[in-house]
Amino acid sequence: MVEKRVIVVGAGPAGIRAAETLVAAGIRPVLIDEGRRDGGQIYRRQPDGFTRSYETLYGTEAARARAVHDTFEAIRDRIDYRAETLAWNVSDGRLWTARDGEAEAIPYSALIVCSGATDRLLPVPGWNRAGVFSLGGSQIALKAQACSIGSKVVFMGSGPLLYLVAAQYVKAGANVAAVLDTSPFMKRVRAAPFMAVLPDLLFAGVGLMRTLKTAGVRIATGITPVSIEGSDDTGVSGIRYTDGSGREQHMDCDAVAMGWHLRPETQLADIARCDFAFDAPTRQWLPVTDDDGRATSDGIYLAGDGARVLGARCAEVTGRLAAMAALSDMGIAGDPAARQSLLAEKARYRRFAQGLAIAFPWPHELAANVPDDTVVCRCEAVTAGTLRETVDIGGATETNRAKSFSRVGMGRCQGRYCGNASAEIVAAMRREPVEAAGRLRTQAPVKPLSIATVRNEA
Amino acid sequence: MSAPVQSDVAIIGGGIMGASAAFFLRRHGLSVTLLETDKVGRQASGTNFGNVRRQGRPIFQLPLANRASRIWRTARELLGSDVEYLQSGHMRVCFSDRPENVGAMEDYATKAREEGLDLEILTGNTLRARFPWLGPEVLAGSHSAMDGHANPRLAAPAFARAAIAAGAQVFEDTRITGAAKIGDDFELEADDGRLFRAPVLLVTAGAWAGKIATQFGEDFAITPRAPTMSVTEPVPYAIEPSLGVMTALEVETVYFRQVERGNIVIGGSTRAPSYPDEYRSYVLPESTMTQFEHIRRLAPVLANLSIIRVWTGIEGYMDDSLPVMGPSSNVPGLYHAFGFSGAGFQLGPGVGETMAELIATGATDIPLAPYSPDRFGK
Repeated sequence: MVEKRVIVVGAGPAGIRAAETLVAAGIRPVLIDEGRRDGGQIYRRQPDGFTRSYETLYGTEAARARAVHDTFEAIRDRIDYRAETLAWNVSDGRLWTARDGEAEAIPYSALIVCSGATDRLLPVPGWNRAGVFSLGGSQIALKAQACSIGSKVVFMGSGPLLYLVAAQYVKAGANVAAVLDTSPFMKRVRAAPFMAVLPDLLFAGVGLMRTLKTAGVRIATGITPVSIEGSDDTGVSGIRYTDGSGREQHMDCDAVAMGWHLRPETQLADIARCDFAFDAPTRQWLPVTDDDGRATSDGIYLAGDGARVLGARCAEVTGRLAAMAALSDMGIAGDPAARQSLLAEKARYRRFAQGLAIAFPWPHELAANVPDDTVVCRCEAVTAGTLRETVDIGGATETNRAKSFSRVGMGRCQGRYCGNASAEIVAAMRREPVEAAGRLRTQAPVKPLSIATVRNEA
Repeated sequence: MSAPVQSDVAIIGGGIMGASAAFFLRRHGLSVTLLETDKVGRQASGTNFGNVRRQGRPIFQLPLANRASRIWRTARELLGSDVEYLQSGHMRVCFSDRPENVGAMEDYATKAREEGLDLEILTGNTLRARFPWLGPEVLAGSHSAMDGHANPRLAAPAFARAAIAAGAQVFEDTRITGAAKIGDDFELEADDGRLFRAPVLLVTAGAWAGKIATQFGEDFAITPRAPTMSVTEPVPYAIEPSLGVMTALEVETVYFRQVERGNIVIGGSTRAPSYPDEYRSYVLPESTMTQFEHIRRLAPVLANLSIIRVWTGIEGYMDDSLPVMGPSSNVPGLYHAFGFSGAGFQLGPGVGETMAELIATGATDIPLAPYSPDRFGK
C-alpha cells in the first residue's frame, strides 16, 4: 500500500483537532505551523519565562485552551510538527513550505487547511497613522507580550472581538477610554433568537459588557467614525465620531484598536484552485465546501475560521470533521454517529454566526463612502479617490481590474486589509451589488518570501 | 438583432499591438473597431515584465524598435496619461563562466550602432564603479542609455482610451468565434451573435491568433508559454537600469528592474506551459526557486528582500521565436501582427504605428521581409 500523506496547515484549535483525529486513525500527519508554538492566534502560548495563568490569559476559554494545548502535547511525538514554517504555495499535489531559508515541496494525498482568520478592517480617515492597530493585533500585544498598545486606548468597530479585547485590556489594567460600536444596539435584540442557540456564548458576551461597565468604560453604539486624529510624527492623538443621535464627539487617545469581526485566510484554498461563492450575510467570498469541509479541488479540506468564521469552539468541531472526511476519502471508515453529532454541533454554531452577522453587521456603506483623500490600501498608499478613478476614468468593472490600474491590494498584505472595502467602493461607483465587483485573486506567495530562500530537494 | 457594426478596419485582439494600431489608424482617418475577448491589455500585454529595451533584439528588428522607442518617449503627451515610462537605461550582462559572450556583445554593439542604437560595453572597475551591486560573477555589461521600462498594466489600456477619444470603437468582453470573408468585407461574429464588418482585418490576437488565421486557411504553429514573474516589497529607489542576463541557457535568463516607487520587478529563468483555451496560466513554484538562484548571482543584494507576489500570463511563441507581421499573401485585406514570442512589449506601439501606416497607405519604411507570415512555408 502506498503511504498516504496528510498535511494539516495551522496549529490552532481546528488544526490540532484534525491532527488528533488523524493520529487516532493511525496516520502520522505533517502539521505546518507559522507560529513559534502551537495554539494558533486564539490559544496563543505566552513566551518562555512568562508565568501568567490560563485563567489570566484566556479568561472564560481557559479550559478549552488548556485542553487544546494538552492534546497537542499528547500527540506531539506521533506527528511531524514543523513550527515557524510558512505554507506559501500549492502546485501539482504538493504543498510548498519555507522554513529557515529553505523551501520544500511536500506531496500530499490530503491537505487540511486550518489557516484561521484576520481582522476585517475598514478605512477610516487617519487609520494609517502610527498607533492604530487591528483588534487582533492589539490582542496579540497583550497575550504574547503583556503590553497595551497605548496609555489611553479606544476600541472601535463591531463584533464580539471588540468587546472581548476591550474587556481583556480592562482586566489587564490598561486604560480603556471607550468602546465605539458602529452597530446600533437594537440589532442585537433582533439577533437574540439566533444567538440563543448557544446560551453560554451569549452569556459570555453579556459578561464582557458587565466587565466593561463595572470598570466605567464608555460604550457607545450606532456610532459613525469621522477620523482618527494626530500627526505623522507623533501618531494618534484623538478620535472623532458621530454618536447614535448624530452629534459629533471628540475624544483624546493615543491608540486605536479597530476591527469589524473577522475574514478568513483563504489564500491556500484559492491557490489550490478551489471554487468560491459569495456569502450574502457577511458580504464576503468564501471557498465552497460540503458540510464536512471538502473543498472543490481534489484532496483539499478546509476547517476552522479559515473556511468560514464560526469561532474557536466550532473550529475544534470542523477540524475533526475535515480530518474524518479526509480519512473517509482514503478508505478509512469513521464513526457515523460521531460525525452526525459533530454536524449537529456545527449547525448550531452556524446559526449563532448568523445572529452575529445581524447583531454586528459589516457597515458596508461606510466603506463605500470613504472620503476621496483617505488611504484605502495602506501597503501601496492608494487613496479612495485614486481607486474611484480606476472606475470612472479607467473603466474598471471589478476589483481585480481596479487593482491592476491603481495597485490597490497589490502590496505585502495582498488585499487582506483593503480587499473588502475596495470591492464595496468599486461596486458603489458602478451602482452594482458588491458581488458584481468580484474578489481579489490570490497570488503566491501566501506571505512574503525571502529571495535568499533555497530549495531543499532532500 | 442589432445591425452589424461596420468600419474601415476591424482588429481582433486588444493587446498593446491592437490598441496602438487602433489609435494610429484613427490618426490616418480610418474608422476602427477593436474587438477584445476579455479586457484590453489583460493578457500578455498586461502581464509581461515591462522592458522597453532595444538591445538584444535581432539587428533586423532595430528599425521597428527605434520607431517604438520614439513613441514611448512621447507617450505621456500622445496618450494624455502616464504609463510610467522611465528612460533609466537598460543593461545586458554576462557571467564570467561564459567569457565568449563579451566578444558577442562587442560585435552586437558594432552592428547596433549602424542602426542608431548606441551601446557602451563596460567591464572591470568601470562596471563595478557604476553598478557596485552587481554580483562577483558578472563579467561585462552592455549599457543602453536610451532604453528603460514602463508599466504593462497601464500601457495597452492607455492606448485604447486614447483610441476611443480619437473616435475608435472598442468592444471588450467580445469573443469572436466566427470569421469569414464575404464579398469585399470580413464578417466577424461574436459568441453572442453580434456582427462586425470591415474590408480590412488586422489580427493582433497573440497566443490566440492561430485560431483566427485557421478560419482563413492559414496555419501558424503558436506555442503558448507562461513567463515567471515576481515583485518585491518597495525599498528606496536606487537601481536605475533595467537589467538582464545574456546567456544561451534559459534557466539563467533572469532580469529585473526597480520602479520609481521602489518595488523591484523580477522576471525570467524558465517559462511554463499556459492554457489559452481556459485563459489560465500558472507560475510554477520550481521556477520561482530557480529565479531566486540566478537573480542572486546577478545582484546578491536582492537576497535581502522578499517577494510579495508572483504572476504570469499567456504569451504566443513562434517556432523561431520571431514575430509574424505583415499582409497575408492569401487573403486580400487580411493583416497579421502576432507571435512576438515574449519580446513584444517594447515593439508594441511601433507595431501599431507601422501596421496603421501599411493599412492606410499601402507601404511602410520598416523593412518587413524578415517578419513575413510566409516564412514558415505553408
